[in-house]
Amino acid sequence: MEAVRIVQGTAVPLDRSDVDTDQIIPSDWLKRVERTGFEKGLFSEWRDAKDFVLNDERFAGAVILIGGPNFGTGSSREHAVWAIQQYGFAAVVSPRFGPIFRNNATKNGLVPVEVSAAVGESLLRAVEADPALEITIDIDRRTIEAPAIGLEASFPLDDAVRERLLEGLDDIGLSLRHVEAIDDFETRRPAWLPTAG
Amino acid sequence: MTRTLSEKVWDDHLVKVGEGEPDLLYIDLHLVHEVTSPQAFDGLRLTGRPVRRPDLTVATEDHNVPTADIDQPIADPVSRIQVETLRRNADEFGITLYPMGHTNQGIVHVIGPELGLTQPGMTVVCGDSHTSTHGAFGALAFGIGTSEVEHVLATQTLPQTRPETMSITVDGELPAGSTAKDVVLAILGATDTSGGIGAVAEFRGPVIEQLSMEGRMTVCNMSIEFGAKAGLIAPDDTTFAYLEGRPHSPAGSAWEAALDHWRTLRTDPDAAFDRSIELDGCAIGPHVTWGTNPGQVIQLTDVVPSPDRFDDPAQRDAAARALEYMGLDAGTPMRDVPVDTVFIGSCTNSRIEDLRAAADVARGRSVKQGMRTLVVPGSGQVKAQAEAEGLPEVFRAAGFDWREPGCSMCLAMNPDKLAPGERCASTSNRNFEGRQGRGGRTHLVSPAVAAATAIAGTFATPTDLD
Repeated sequence: MEAVRIVQGTAVPLDRSDVDTDQIIPSDWLKRVERTGFEKGLFSEWRDAKDFVLNDERFAGAVILIGGPNFGTGSSREHAVWAIQQYGFAAVVSPRFGPIFRNNATKNGLVPVEVSAAVGESLLRAVEADPALEITIDIDRRTIEAPAIGLEASFPLDDAVRERLLEGLDDIGLSLRHVEAIDDFETRRPAWLPTAG
Repeated sequence: MTRTLSEKVWDDHLVKVGEGEPDLLYIDLHLVHEVTSPQAFDGLRLTGRPVRRPDLTVATEDHNVPTADIDQPIADPVSRIQVETLRRNADEFGITLYPMGHTNQGIVHVIGPELGLTQPGMTVVCGDSHTSTHGAFGALAFGIGTSEVEHVLATQTLPQTRPETMSITVDGELPAGSTAKDVVLAILGATDTSGGIGAVAEFRGPVIEQLSMEGRMTVCNMSIEFGAKAGLIAPDDTTFAYLEGRPHSPAGSAWEAALDHWRTLRTDPDAAFDRSIELDGCAIGPHVTWGTNPGQVIQLTDVVPSPDRFDDPAQRDAAARALEYMGLDAGTPMRDVPVDTVFIGSCTNSRIEDLRAAADVARGRSVKQGMRTLVVPGSGQVKAQAEAEGLPEVFRAAGFDWREPGCSMCLAMNPDKLAPGERCASTSNRNFEGRQGRGGRTHLVSPAVAAATAIAGTFATPTDLD
């Protein structure tokens, strides 16, 4: 995972609630065994509509996706995170995230910025009014700012997750530092527990 | 200190308590399927890491597999490559795999319990959000993404932040004709899609205790639909009776030792939950979803709600959008809504009890002319049991299409899909836009309501057919 400290740029307003992972990337795309090439699958069932916000030239080049509440509910497909990142977004803003999506995002360095409903709403309106609005997300300070509209808000991020994002740390490597504790735990597991085969 | 059931299971699996970082939890069983694992195995190859415990890892093919002509190669080349990739990975890393056509093959959340691999007090994970199903046994079971699949393959552990606890109590007694599916749909009506975020839910109360293991799996299966990390039910004699004699269940003195431990897996009488909700089971009738998320649900006797009913603007907008997508008008009685297709299957409702319930409705009746139906058993073993009981004959005589095991039309990764505008009464778990096929319209119901609807042609309960 690449380290991420600051996400700065413009945003796309996706003004709807309950954007589940089936909508972020439909299941046909999940058949692929590669880890790249998912950008074309992002919101693919909506992309045909000319008035869909990703087709709006004014928002081209945006690095932040602003959604409504309950963004990323549903399935555990990490492909949803890959699709959003590979399309070019580095952060997603929502008043409430589906929990598995949120977790998957942090494993890949896609920053989930959870804001209050009021902040989410004002960001949506501000970006719709001014697609060039500059937004800065600071992972170290856990803040999101849009100085042009006088907005500054903090967002929650566990200390450990923040550390991993800032350092770009490999989660598996971190756990393997405790391999002796894992070995030790295995000697204490009850004998009746099932094994495969 | 008093603890809830989920806290006891959590504490039993602590490899290392985190200070300023997440706890490191040991994982007892890792279930794997073809969709969320290929990139994880690639990750292991890239870093040169082995699978730490292939003996605690079990794989099956379920999402992509066709439910007809399974003696032929999979026609869709992309699906075929994904299934072949799992076979190669299982072979390379020494993992047990149940391939298409094997008697133990099936939906990952059906085969774990039926093989006795899922047991009380275990931690179970899978790259699949419906892993909460295994909580029916008093296991702590949750869905993970592909990065975490790789993590468990490499370390047999997961760093996890301790969740909150939530109790969902269903009091009273279910009315005749109501099922476990109606219970969990009623819970979703009360919690909406986010009421469980950050918590492990424990389902309790007389209605839950009365449910069979199949029914408990149906309830726990949909925990993720209200955002819960996991859902579980304390093991009891129903659980132990289900497990005794299964292929991977302990036997002899090991069975007695296991029972001694399993009987301790209950929430202490004075333990406090962070959140609680209570439902009156006596008021839970057959349910049906009307919208595009599982929280948009009503009783089958109700009418399609008006968006104006919702105070919250986001919910109101979501309702208006859902009605447009679903092609429904507010005020229409659900019983008047015509249905094109009925799907009986999925990790929510494809077990033997579900098929028996549907067959009881189908017996001696005929599917409405023009209705498309699919009955998809959850596993090779469910299929064999149904055959032994003569259920396929009952379904075929009524005009139902009896299929081979797999996930099928729950998420339409195989050839079983809805066409745009096609309306489906489905025993699955998600009524999301496009989930069962682009433009498809999904209504979640119980197996009994699905079967009755296939016969009536509009949403119906079995008693409506008399």
